Amino acid sequence: MSVIPGALEQPASHPGASAAGGPAGDPLLSVRGLEVHYPGRGGLLGRGGAPVRAVDGVDLDVARGTTLGLVGESGCGKSTLGRAILRLTEPTAGSVIFDGTDVTGLRREPLRLLRRRMQMVFQDPMASLDPRQSVQSLLVEPLVAHGLAGGRGEREARVRELLDLVGLPGSASGKYPHEFSGGQRQRLGIARALAVEPDLVVADEPVSALDVSVQAQVVNLLEDLQERLGLTYLVIAHDLAVVRHIADAVVVMYLGTVVERAEGEDLYTAPAHPYTIALMSAIPVPDPVVEDARERIILRGDLPSPAAPPSGCRFHTRCPYRQPTRCDTEVPALREVSPGHVVACHFAEQVASGAITPS
Amino acid sequence: MNRPGAAATGATEPLLSVRDLEVVFSARGRADVRAVDGVSFDVRAGQVMALVGESGSGKSVTSLAVTGLLPARGVRVGGQALLRGRDLLTMGRRELDGLRGSEVAMVFQDPMTSLNPVIPVGLQITEVLRRHTDLSRAAAKERAVELLGRVGIPDPRRRVGEYPHQLSGGMRQRVMIAVALACDPALLIADEPTTALDVTIQAQVIELLASLVREQNTAMLLITHDLGVVAGVCDEVTVMYSGRVVERAERRELFARPRHRYTSGLLASVPRLDGDRGARLVPIPGTPRDVVPWSTACAFAPRCPVADDACASGDLALVADGPAHVHRCVHPAGDPTATATSATSTSTTPPTTTTGATS
Repeated sequence: MSVIPGALEQPASHPGASAAGGPAGDPLLSVRGLEVHYPGRGGLLGRGGAPVRAVDGVDLDVARGTTLGLVGESGCGKSTLGRAILRLTEPTAGSVIFDGTDVTGLRREPLRLLRRRMQMVFQDPMASLDPRQSVQSLLVEPLVAHGLAGGRGEREARVRELLDLVGLPGSASGKYPHEFSGGQRQRLGIARALAVEPDLVVADEPVSALDVSVQAQVVNLLEDLQERLGLTYLVIAHDLAVVRHIADAVVVMYLGTVVERAEGEDLYTAPAHPYTIALMSAIPVPDPVVEDARERIILRGDLPSPAAPPSGCRFHTRCPYRQPTRCDTEVPALREVSPGHVVACHFAEQVASGAITPS
Repeated sequence: MNRPGAAATGATEPLLSVRDLEVVFSARGRADVRAVDGVSFDVRAGQVMALVGESGSGKSVTSLAVTGLLPARGVRVGGQALLRGRDLLTMGRRELDGLRGSEVAMVFQDPMTSLNPVIPVGLQITEVLRRHTDLSRAAAKERAVELLGRVGIPDPRRRVGEYPHQLSGGMRQRVMIAVALACDPALLIADEPTTALDVTIQAQVIELLASLVREQNTAMLLITHDLGVVAGVCDEVTVMYSGRVVERAERRELFARPRHRYTSGLLASVPRLDGDRGARLVPIPGTPRDVVPWSTACAFAPRCPVADDACASGDLALVADGPAHVHRCVHPAGDPTATATSATSTSTTPPTTTTGATS
């Protein structure tokens, strides 16, 4: 991706690149220039064709003990990015520095050792928990895999401790996943991730498969655990309201690239990228008074193909603020518009001041 | 198009009247499951009735029962669903087939499973037209192009020959809506029509459905779990829990003055884009599975913060609370003059016996 002039200090591996997450401080995770390109599937034999640029040059930092929210719609590359950070999907370029070590260069065994410290929580706990394994066995498995199991008594004590940590009764250990509700299964998924005492937890849509009344329980649990265990989170979600609640900083992705990044409330009070503005305006608020008064920006059309991203700014084909010059020819660099708030839009200031209005 | 009952249907006369609907699933060797238990509601022309609930609330089973789409074996359906006075539940197969697709149309959550993958989308529209109208093949095709254009599909003349897999999720849902609109239905039943879509696309589809109700005077039954969507589009809301209606009110009234503890709890538990970001979420404890039969107590009592012995009486009745507001709560939430936020925040405080006196 583009290099930002005047960027802050950068890890040596990628000099000059810009950071989209965290005001550095002490990042536990630093991603630089990360790309995940899949081979294209056009052509006669289903090969050839342009590669699908699922993640196309992403930089971000997650400071130790904080939560970075990664938002965007389906196809924006957020889940692929999360998987590439853990190397569940192999990145095609770029680096992932976890606590000083470049994960992308690691061979099998050192990667396995490092993975103990980076765990993942998945969207659908029913799909990520083996239905034939008891809870006891599900929670012991990661301990065995990482040589942390200990003796029988030790294991049982650890299982009870983990269940207690996520708010499930000790009696759950003999049960099977189908005996639990969605929310309880997600607690199991979290317990399993925490079994090996990770530093970083990547949570991909941790609450979106749950009933509305149960989502808040899991959000609160994630917050409690962070406080108790000093965890660092990368929370991937499409629900901006959930992310706003849980994240210290938020990165917005569109079509494989970062379009905006802000601290705390900034993204919500002053969204600067036209895509973020449209996204915010589209999210329904459960309050008729707000809904009746709001002006919704309806985006035209659908997400373009990541195999053939639009020229210039990738959002220009749908952007209500699109200008006749630059937007379709010049790739906008991520630049800082206020402290800690970076945006990839040529006209962010004019959009913010109202000098450019949506068409 | 033809609206035979339009003249006779006054402003207050409901187009669809569901009365004491009951759906019981029975399987050999298992206890019967009462999925829908005495549900009544009306849907009027030019209005949207929202049916809100979580998994297991019976909202989708209600829509399937009304449209005669439940399997014949192992299901007992009771009560009435009167469409302009004709009972859909006792109607013969042939008569019902004549109504579905013409007077009554449906849009489901996942267009990929509702559309036929091996038939071009245009043909799926003309199929409906040829069956229910006497349009010629050429005229039906013209109408299909027109319908695709009306639901906002760009270049409809080209799209008419494409297959569902060639379209994006949002476009497929538009095609579903175009199929549903083909014969100008008087009643549109939309079951989670936007749940599978991204928010920016969701906004487009909701806008489309709302304009339909306005311009074509269609009656719409909108089934959803999303309170944000409800706050934006509907006229009246019916909240279901464990097979029964627990509350019904006009949209603004419901959000400003939720009375049933389930409704108020639900509103309090949802993180909002405009809420207090630092405040801890107030979840509803337990899961939708933790229910007791309505015949013995309030089904929500096991999860309710204010439940007491008074809630443990069988078959609690719907209580009128002001004009057009009914609920089934022994200790209703809030103070009559409270706003939405303060009313919902009281869900954690002990019951106020003065406001509970109506029961």
